[in-house]
Amino acid sequence: MTDILTGSPLPKTPTRRPFWRDNPSVVWFLSLLALFTLIVTLLSEGMGQGLISTSLVKILGMTLCLCLIAVAMDVVWGYTGILSLGHYAFFGLGGYAIGMWLMYARTEIVIRDALAADAIPPTEAELAEAVAAQIFGVVGSSELPVIWTFAGSLPFQLAMVVLVPGLLALVFGWLAFRSRVTGVYLSILTQAMTLALSLYLFQNDTGLRGNNGLSGLQNIPGFLHVPQSVISVWFFWGSALVLGLGYVLFAWVVSGKFGSVIRAIRDNEARVRFLGYNVEAYKLFVFTLTAVVSGIAGALYYPQAGIINPAEVAPIASIYLAVWVAIGGRGRLYGAVIGAALVSLLSSWLTGGGAPSIDLGFYTIVWTDWWLVVLGLGFVAVTLFFPKGIGGIFDHLGRKQP
Amino acid sequence: MRTLLEVSGVSVTFDGFRAINNLSIDIAEPELRAVIGPNGAGKTTFMDIVTGKTKPDSGKVLWGEMSTDLLRLSESAIAKVGIGRKFQKPTVFEDQSVRDNLALALRNKRGPFAVLFWKPGMADVTRIHELADEIGLSDRLDHRAGDLSHGQKQWLEIGMLLAQDPRLLLVDEPAAGMTPSEREHTTDLLKRAARTRAVMVIEHDMEFIRRLECRVTVLHEGSVLAEGSLDHVTKNQQVIDVYLGR
Repeated sequence: MTDILTGSPLPKTPTRRPFWRDNPSVVWFLSLLALFTLIVTLLSEGMGQGLISTSLVKILGMTLCLCLIAVAMDVVWGYTGILSLGHYAFFGLGGYAIGMWLMYARTEIVIRDALAADAIPPTEAELAEAVAAQIFGVVGSSELPVIWTFAGSLPFQLAMVVLVPGLLALVFGWLAFRSRVTGVYLSILTQAMTLALSLYLFQNDTGLRGNNGLSGLQNIPGFLHVPQSVISVWFFWGSALVLGLGYVLFAWVVSGKFGSVIRAIRDNEARVRFLGYNVEAYKLFVFTLTAVVSGIAGALYYPQAGIINPAEVAPIASIYLAVWVAIGGRGRLYGAVIGAALVSLLSSWLTGGGAPSIDLGFYTIVWTDWWLVVLGLGFVAVTLFFPKGIGGIFDHLGRKQP
Repeated sequence: MRTLLEVSGVSVTFDGFRAINNLSIDIAEPELRAVIGPNGAGKTTFMDIVTGKTKPDSGKVLWGEMSTDLLRLSESAIAKVGIGRKFQKPTVFEDQSVRDNLALALRNKRGPFAVLFWKPGMADVTRIHELADEIGLSDRLDHRAGDLSHGQKQWLEIGMLLAQDPRLLLVDEPAAGMTPSEREHTTDLLKRAARTRAVMVIEHDMEFIRRLECRVTVLHEGSVLAEGSLDHVTKNQQVIDVYLGR
């Protein structure tokens, strides 16, 4: 051991390795994503060979959005150690925010066209009334709720996609983290939040059409003449782009000293406090940032799904999210992508009637009934045999030699 | 030499058990102080109170020139005013490299946004290498901290404490699990640190304390039993009865 005062050989100049060099998985991920996007485009009905149907393009685009929220979940759970069972609520809120504009603007165009044939053109007030009656007739109302005041403005609703989940996460997180609610208690609290939101949205008088939800979201105002086969590819591109950007953002957040601090919080938050870090501020930052990204993912997902209703933000959805991340592998971003893609695609295959039933003679396995059993067994198997998840298998490939 | 930390009349009770009973103790800057006492004397609870982990039922804890009331500050705020702590059981971040552990402790801005955009500068890298040299982990900088031996983890934690550059170091049993030569090195290091800072060491090992050649405070049942040089306190009949004579 050399003495600090007697001096020691000077260390080498700090070599600042570029972000890409330190994170080879990011380069791999982006390359695979680009390749996948290219293949889907070339095989799509709208722009290429037609081997991939429009509905499959939509499912793949939606899967990319689910991958993005899974990456966000991994940052909050796998890296920071906050098992949030409420992030799907932020996803749903993003969907509702963009859904309001989609529904309002399209209804307005349809009604304007219908009334244009009249001898006397309708006034703006009449138009607004007709739009409100059209949208809210289903819940027995013809008045436009206050929250729809700016629903006709795309920039406003886009801002809401980010602000509503962000502010909810900020306020909820501030209250929860400030009181030092941690572990399973925090998980229960986030479940309560998403349940409360879901129950609230189920009511008819909240201004979001109760259990009917918002529908017809696949029709994009201004592009109503464009066939769905083309729109589906546009949204697929959008989802791929945002997933790529989100992945790079989170890879950057977790790679530097910030990543070091949040992993330290996950492993021993009391110790981090004694080093002088305000643990609550870090948790709040991560919780809010991931909520915002979840909202954006939801805003891209629901125009592809075509409909959003309160059942989407039911507590079980957020639990599925945690299952995806656990199966894919916590604490590695590509693990979350693998888990979300694998489980959600398998789920839509098995429950969507794509998988053939198996006749055992004495019993027929119908996958819609057995899917949850398969998922449960898969979850147990991964926990027992691959505690690091499927993504853990890749660790050996990417490990740098010391 | 003036008082840096002043603890006066502090009491704390856990489920009816009085862990700290009207304790008053202070330390100057610079000063090296050893705190001894039998198990349950309240040594660790005392550190918990100073670092904000435990809130006392009564009493005052004042800090520095401005007599800041530490009881009103959070753990992280207390660490930021300049109090560093080494735990009895080495607590390093096992999943991270030795370098990352030291970088976490380095005296830099602690806010989320500052940390998000932080890049290690020349000064930071030099400091990390100096510290690694000091704690004998130069060749292990890029190893997982979890792979270190018990003694090396102790060293790493001492390195993290020094990296924080605190005005007061609270050191809980630094020599546990160390070889005799490592103990000697620890003694040197603490003595050197105490030239410019306040250092408070909790230790059971009498030989270790003798080598520190400093003022000793004996705790018993949550309050100060005796204070003075080691020779002075070891001659105290009460001290012999409760501690040494066991």
